[in-house]
Amino acid sequence: MTDTTVWPLWEVFVRSSRGLSHVHAGSLHAPDQEMALRNARDLYTRRNEGVSIWVVRSEDIVASDPGAKDQFFESPKGKDYRHATYYTKSEGVKHL
Amino acid sequence: MSGHETADLDEFQSFGDVTASATRVTPGNALRPEDIAVQGEPPSSEAVAEYALWLGDDALILAQRLSWWISRAPEIEEDIALGNIALDQLGHARSFLTYAGKFWGKTEDDLAYWREEEEFRSCHLMEQPNGDFGVTIARQLFVSVYQYLLYTRLAESADSTIAAIAAKAVKEVDYHRDHAAQWTLRLGRGTEESAARIRRAVEDLWPYVGELFEDQPYADQRMHDDVVAAGVGVAPSTLRAEWDEQIAAILAEAGLEVPQVPFAMGGGRRGEHSEHLGYLLAEMQVLARKHPGASW
Repeated sequence: MTDTTVWPLWEVFVRSSRGLSHVHAGSLHAPDQEMALRNARDLYTRRNEGVSIWVVRSEDIVASDPGAKDQFFESPKGKDYRHATYYTKSEGVKHL
Repeated sequence: MSGHETADLDEFQSFGDVTASATRVTPGNALRPEDIAVQGEPPSSEAVAEYALWLGDDALILAQRLSWWISRAPEIEEDIALGNIALDQLGHARSFLTYAGKFWGKTEDDLAYWREEEEFRSCHLMEQPNGDFGVTIARQLFVSVYQYLLYTRLAESADSTIAAIAAKAVKEVDYHRDHAAQWTLRLGRGTEESAARIRRAVEDLWPYVGELFEDQPYADQRMHDDVVAAGVGVAPSTLRAEWDEQIAAILAEAGLEVPQVPFAMGGGRRGEHSEHLGYLLAEMQVLARKHPGASW
């Protein structure tokens, strides 16, 4: 098969009625963006999961390199002071 | 209960999933056939029950036709899309048949599985074979625009149950209309092959359009008095101009022409069907008839 007979891949993001942000739900094939949105509706919201959908061509997503995990993600490790729980609560502060 | 003088949803105030919650995914609240079975009044007359039966039979036969595509559509995404549409239609059929059955003391299953061919009241367009994907899309286009216009009017029905069913159904068939229109455009403006197939499909199915808008079945005195004049249902000819306009616009955008083909005679509302319905019913009814009362 050539590229003209295979529908391109799309990534689907769904926001639930209780959610504040769109969450990656999965992927699908569709011939164009209108059909991608409709296919996403048919595949990923049939159990009342969402009130808003985003679709984006998979090839348009720029992803970090899994092989570069060490240099990309080592820095925050061990920096406890970047987390609120690192700090002790002042005695005068209530309801925290 | 005030009965049928007022068309409001009071009778169905507590319908749907009582465990629905804002903090987790649930089926959501919507009118279900199960609610209609236990709440609300039965149809006020036999003519109203019969009208609900006509609406239910159209949806049921179309649902059975569409469900054939499950596992057979050209792509898995489209497979699920057609399956969803079939299930929407089945939902409408269940609601209308449940309501109609309350007049005769019958359940939705009694009506779906235990009537004979000549007792079904669906229009001939619904029972037309699926053909290729283009034929199914052309049938969907014709039916969904018709149902959209019909249910829009029925949402204002003087019969509160029919109004409630139509209010939910109209949103679903609005999507069916969009689905069919999107595919009509893509097939019409796609390849030479797809354009030829959708053009032929539109021409082949066009003769069955006329029956949808035929007022003759409503000329019967009871139908006229209890359904049309009472504001329970609508004379279908009044939907025709808007249907023509919408279909012409979609066909034009798809590079297709409105066929100049005469309409066929359709006696579906009298129980006269083409040779296709018998085979469809045999498949739909065989399991229920072989194992009466079985459930799962």
